[in-house]
Amino acid sequence: MDGVLLRSLTPDVLAILVRRGADFAAAEDAVQDALVEALRVWPDDPPRDPKAWLITVAWRRFLDATRADTARRHREDRADEEPAPGPASEVDDTLQLYFLCAHQSLTPSSAVALTLRAVGGLTTRQIAQAYLVPEATMAQRISRAKRTVSGVRFDRPGDVATVLRVLYLVFNEGYSGDIDVAAEAIRLTRRLAAAIDHPEVAGLLALMLLHHARRAARTSADGGLIPLAEQDRGRWDTTLIAEGVEILQTALARDRLGEYQAQAAIAALHADAPAAEETDWVQIVEWYDELVRLTDNPVVRLNRAVAVGEADGPRAGLAALAPLDDSLPRHTAVAAYLHERDGDLATAARLYAEAAHKAPNIAERDHLTRQAARLNTRRKG
Amino acid sequence: MAKYLLLKHYRGAPAAVNDVPMDKWTPEEISAHIQYMNDFADRLRETGEFVDGQALAPEGTFVRYDGEGRPPVTDGPFAETKDLIAGWMMIDVDTYDRALELAGELSAAPGAGGKPIHEWLELRPFLTEPPTITE
Repeated sequence: MDGVLLRSLTPDVLAILVRRGADFAAAEDAVQDALVEALRVWPDDPPRDPKAWLITVAWRRFLDATRADTARRHREDRADEEPAPGPASEVDDTLQLYFLCAHQSLTPSSAVALTLRAVGGLTTRQIAQAYLVPEATMAQRISRAKRTVSGVRFDRPGDVATVLRVLYLVFNEGYSGDIDVAAEAIRLTRRLAAAIDHPEVAGLLALMLLHHARRAARTSADGGLIPLAEQDRGRWDTTLIAEGVEILQTALARDRLGEYQAQAAIAALHADAPAAEETDWVQIVEWYDELVRLTDNPVVRLNRAVAVGEADGPRAGLAALAPLDDSLPRHTAVAAYLHERDGDLATAARLYAEAAHKAPNIAERDHLTRQAARLNTRRKG
Repeated sequence: MAKYLLLKHYRGAPAAVNDVPMDKWTPEEISAHIQYMNDFADRLRETGEFVDGQALAPEGTFVRYDGEGRPPVTDGPFAETKDLIAGWMMIDVDTYDRALELAGELSAAPGAGGKPIHEWLELRPFLTEPPTITE
């Protein structure tokens, strides 16, 4: 069965239930029940019209749940006679769902979970597996999130920036399990881009596509990290790159620059270089300057120092690094790299070992330990 | 069945036989070590004895309550603290002997020179739920 097709129908089905008068939390539960039922039934008995099937089953589940609640008996009678959905636009309804699930009253982890379930159509179990928490914990997180947004009116326009932040998190956070969460983020961002005309939505989509294009080249057979400069560029997905670049160019032409477009522009410049040595570092530094202007984020300044090191030499990179707080994540790793480029292998080896000690994940720790080992071996030999 | 925790220490365990810090190995030796660890976990998944495994960052913070209306007090990390956990693997096995056997295997992971590290791992049984039949 096509899990992606099933998931892509979720927001429409949910929006239709809400339009028929179901409240968001109850409708979302009913749609989730219908999805679980579809996963069980469809492999042996595929429906002729998957969407109609989901609407029928979800609506029945909603009515059953409402009936079970004696205090709501009156509303149930009315709901049972509810007419078919009206002519309101499905696109607008889907958009409202994005806004609701990324609402600013939600914590980032709640917004991510709710978006993946209500818009993405993932089951609670799949989301729990992706983020390595027990299913009961994830179920509780989602139901609390729904309670939090239950007072938000469904027809009020939301803030695109909050939606983009949530989708960025979905794409960028590490995950495990069978569901490809990064691909899921791209699917949801594509759909958002189709529903709303906004250069930063396009910028985020381009950024995701350009990074996703490098995925196969990013890890070695044994799971180790391969840094950008050492990746086999023949393994980059040129179709995704072409699409990402085109989306980005269209967005940039509108002259409403934002942080996602600027980040995508940097990714596009990397994608453009046939070999690492041919990277246009001068232009990349200019884009980092734009990013600093847009966000004034210290992590951006750190990445800028790396780019300056490539454009103007390691000494210039170290000078750009000097004013930055050395407790910034990856500061030590950047310092190690720049010292190595500068020829100071002893300092570089010591800093790589120190950076490994501070690494936030196992893949980076192993990579940095190998870098230290490589330099120490070379110095011995 | 009984659950055991295999604890790996950054600090606090007796010195290993092949006690060379990892950044003084060759990159190939590091790869071989990681491969060995992954294969070990995969084998336990296949036999149905693997429960969980996690690695911890080397530095943590001590925290304690500091009274009503006050933020918690933090302290550390303490260089002099004797014990520092690096990570764990939780296994669910039939016997204590099987747990010992597996811990021995994990301790044989290759290190500098491609030779086993003979690292000391700590094996700790979990306290369990009380049994149903008590007499």
